[in-house]
Amino acid sequence: MRQELTLHGNHALLARANPLSKFVAVLLITAVLALSIDWVSASVALVFELFLFPLAGLTLSLLWQRGWPLIVAAAIGGWSTSILAPDSGRILLDAGIWTMSQGSLQLGIGFLLRGFAIALPAVLLMSCTDPTDLADALAQKARLPHRFVLGTLAAMRLVGLMAEEWQTIGMARRARGVGSRGNLAQRVKATLGQSFGLLVQAIRRASRLAVTMEARGFGGGKRTWARASTFSVLDLWVVAGGVLVAALALVAAVTAGTWNMVWLGS
Amino acid sequence: MVPSQDAGGAVRPAAVSARGWGWRHAGRSRPAVHALDLDIAPGERVLLLGPSGAGKSTLLHALAGVLGDINDDGESGDADESGSLLVDGAVPRAQRGRAGLMQQDPETQVVLSRVGDDVAFGAENLAVPRDAIWARVHEALADVGLAHLPLDHPTSALSGGQKQRLALAGILAMRPGLILLDEPTANLDPDGVLEVRDAVARCLDKTGATLVVVEHRVSVWKDLVDRIVVLQPGSSSESAVLLDGPPDRVLREARTMLAAAGVWVPGYVPATRTRDLVPAPGTGNLLLAAEQLAVSRERPRRKGFRRIPPVPVQDGVAAQVRAGQALAVTGPNGAGKSTFALTLAGLLEPVSGKVSASLDLSQGAGIDPYKWKAEQLISRVGTVFQEPEHQFVTGKVLDELLFGPRHLGHGEERVDELLERLRLTHVVDANPYTLSGGEKRRLSVATVLAASPQVLVLDEPTFGQDANTWAELASFLSELLDAGTAVVSVTHDAEFTAALGGVELRMAAAEVVAP
Repeated sequence: MRQELTLHGNHALLARANPLSKFVAVLLITAVLALSIDWVSASVALVFELFLFPLAGLTLSLLWQRGWPLIVAAAIGGWSTSILAPDSGRILLDAGIWTMSQGSLQLGIGFLLRGFAIALPAVLLMSCTDPTDLADALAQKARLPHRFVLGTLAAMRLVGLMAEEWQTIGMARRARGVGSRGNLAQRVKATLGQSFGLLVQAIRRASRLAVTMEARGFGGGKRTWARASTFSVLDLWVVAGGVLVAALALVAAVTAGTWNMVWLGS
Repeated sequence: MVPSQDAGGAVRPAAVSARGWGWRHAGRSRPAVHALDLDIAPGERVLLLGPSGAGKSTLLHALAGVLGDINDDGESGDADESGSLLVDGAVPRAQRGRAGLMQQDPETQVVLSRVGDDVAFGAENLAVPRDAIWARVHEALADVGLAHLPLDHPTSALSGGQKQRLALAGILAMRPGLILLDEPTANLDPDGVLEVRDAVARCLDKTGATLVVVEHRVSVWKDLVDRIVVLQPGSSSESAVLLDGPPDRVLREARTMLAAAGVWVPGYVPATRTRDLVPAPGTGNLLLAAEQLAVSRERPRRKGFRRIPPVPVQDGVAAQVRAGQALAVTGPNGAGKSTFALTLAGLLEPVSGKVSASLDLSQGAGIDPYKWKAEQLISRVGTVFQEPEHQFVTGKVLDELLFGPRHLGHGEERVDELLERLRLTHVVDANPYTLSGGEKRRLSVATVLAASPQVLVLDEPTFGQDANTWAELASFLSELLDAGTAVVSVTHDAEFTAALGGVELRMAAAEVVAP
């Protein structure tokens, strides 16, 4: 699992851009989409994002492997919106307390597309960005405090370890007679116990890692960077691309009359 | 990024001086170290010995300047320091990078996810100029024998021994005058131990840095150090240093005392109970059998509607587990020994092939141990994991032991005997997590045995154990074997295998891993 998250062998164009510019571009697109629930701005952004796939070295199957939780969440969000939102227009489906009308379906589709359109850039960013490079850019270019950035980066490496640890603890507890099978209540109880075991191990590991980092001089004031985080012409294009997609989505929605600011209600 | 470029900062060996130094950890009543007087000259190489609780790790942490719960004001909680401990005449905490520390657990000695970045980390923190950092990185990787790895090689793909060598490279890149090793090889297999020891020797010969190493296994470090210091647990009346001198003299004078304290002095194999009779291979009731077994820790993946089995780490394994017989699973790291044992023990699902329980063992629970319910499993096959803490499920030693019997509804009467036999009576009310390493190991064995399984599976039971716990464990298992329990142990420990007798299942390396 940890191997899947590294970029080893991804030589796509966007992998060479500075993580910070990619981050800014993603932020711009996400911001516009977060403002309005409508299907026009979402689909415009989505179409552009799909074109960016090959540039990030991503394929549909890779997308599903890495982003399936986000995609499932968007689908569930869309479905529940379309049946639960206040009805307007013609009723399309009536199943007792659940009804789906033209208006609610439109809202639901908007929600679904928006979910996809917001999830995709994040998956795109992570699939062509090494976390270490992102940390370098955030600390050197965005001037975030290096203690915070590098501490988070080191902690993230432990997350992968914890996934292995979870499996081991599960087996170790079964060997003690704690079943992870059985009815719901038993499973919940077993999972809670296992989580506690994991928490203890996570704290142990984290404190040892903290000692390691401190012993390597981490936490002092002045620090140099072995890897310089640099901008190139490519980064101009990346940010410009972000601005363009965000602007086109906005203009398209306003022109089509579907622009629908979230906090203004409908 | 030219390796030949001057990386600056030649190593200046550090001097250590302790005068009446003592330390009490926050929240403890007894000091970890008391009244320590010790001088270490620049370039000296010292092996620190002593029973657990003598404060060896505390001293190393103090020398590394990372001791105590330091809050933001730079004050150390309610911990207590007395006397003075100086490196080159100054407080260690004020001299970042003067000392480098390596700890036991390889996973937490790695900070970043790419090899080159990880080595550079310390030098960056010391504000070394960029070009000099990369020159130091190349040099350090060459010194520890990892120069063949590309700088962007993922650190997660390294073996335990490689991770420890990487940590050493990270330390060397800081150009420290004092290298501190806290049981650096306790979690490694024999090859890994030598790998790390030799890398340390090379680097010391080259830089001339001062070395302080804490380690149970004296034979590994004896020829590399020029002095052994034996510490004793803190008391107000005696000095913290029990013995101090050249390795040969200290080992001659204190051999018996050190052996009694559980130190692995060279050439010493603790006496263990001999088995009444080691049964001939192939005799004894068949309890478990593995046929054409392929094993992996990964679960099958799903692609659409297809189920893709994981790539097995070991394939075509056959083995028989018989009552009263010891089966030792041996082989190099990464060969899938533990994975095999866990599959045999009904904890992992076989990739292909099968594990079958005989009627004597299954007693109506079905033929496949993986399909047994947890409470069916523990009364038939007990598994002791490498890390005892993974198996603790309660907050008290006594509850821990009663846990299995209570679930099964019988066997509580066995608990007292186990407590007595494994010397845990003095800690019955303690929290399992607070026990010493040896006590944790004994407890984890006792808890599994409390459910009276007919097959006992142990994963590296002797890793990092002192000689006393080792001998107790070997003797206890030989008793169990004579009483008809089958014992399967995954181990690198040839002496342990010999003490139990029985059959050896040697596994070849599954794939070629870069050295």
